[in-house]
Amino acid sequence: MLSRLVLRAAPAALRALPPPVAVGVLHTTRPLHTTQQSLAPVPPLPEKGGEVRHGLIPEEFFQFLYPKTGVTGPYMLGTGLLLYLLSKEIYVVNHETAAAACILTVIVYGIKKFGADVGAFADKLNEEKVAMAQSMKDNAMKMLQTAIEEEKKEQWRVEGHSYLFDAKRNNIAMLLETNYRERLLMVYNEVKKRLDYQVAMQTLKRQKEQDHMIQWVEKNVVQSITPQQQKESIAKCILDLKALSKSAHAAV
Amino acid sequence: LPAAVLLKDTKLMDVKLGQLGSWLAMRDFTPGGILGAVRRGHERYYNKYINVRKGGLGGISMVLAGYIVLSYMWSYSHV
Repeated sequence: MLSRLVLRAAPAALRALPPPVAVGVLHTTRPLHTTQQSLAPVPPLPEKGGEVRHGLIPEEFFQFLYPKTGVTGPYMLGTGLLLYLLSKEIYVVNHETAAAACILTVIVYGIKKFGADVGAFADKLNEEKVAMAQSMKDNAMKMLQTAIEEEKKEQWRVEGHSYLFDAKRNNIAMLLETNYRERLLMVYNEVKKRLDYQVAMQTLKRQKEQDHMIQWVEKNVVQSITPQQQKESIAKCILDLKALSKSAHAAV
Repeated sequence: LPAAVLLKDTKLMDVKLGQLGSWLAMRDFTPGGILGAVRRGHERYYNKYINVRKGGLGGISMVLAGYIVLSYMWSYSHV
């Protein structure tokens, strides 16, 4: 029902939109809409319908006749009309009249007795519908509100991104530095190993040469000791030993 | 001084008795016009008496009373 109201209000609202500036000069007598959105808040339903007296005749009729005839005017008109219809037999009294009278009595009695209750019940149904729609609207508003807050938090988080990136950059710099140092150390070690190898080779070679030379010299010397020299040296040693033993005996 | 309004645009309650004939002749009697008039009348009645928060008895009872009177008028010759 509300959507139909909107649809019905749409052409009126569209007609009420401000016309383009070039044509606006001609329509000065028409009131122009100044609000931006004339469709968005749908005007609420009127609280009560038009006044109806005795359930049959709208109040406007009584107001229409009031200036000329006062308060009793319409009733006199009604009575006169009724008498005219009856007397001229425009309204014929037959069996249907009796039936209508009985039915109308029952209806009027029923309405007088149960009218208020039925009205309250219908109002309750309406209230429930309105409350459901309102709760849906409130839910939607709440969800949108939380969405807005989430969005704001996300925006705040984005500001922190710069710190995050700085930290990451620092990390990466440190990693690179460490890597560089490791490789430097590796290079140093490798070079040292090679140099040590070279040094070891040299020392080994020299040592071997020395050993070999010593051996060779020894061998030659031993070879050069002829047997005659050997005898002479042994005799000399024995004489020396004897002399020593004599001096030792003397000391004791 | 308000601008003079054409007879075509006046409402029924503002039409003088003498102008009634010419006013009636000026109305739109095409099928589209009749349909538009029916729709407008229905909208006026609906929005005034039925499409409200606390509708009363008068809304439907007036329609029923009008139906009763009309059907009596149509079947008068049988009575």
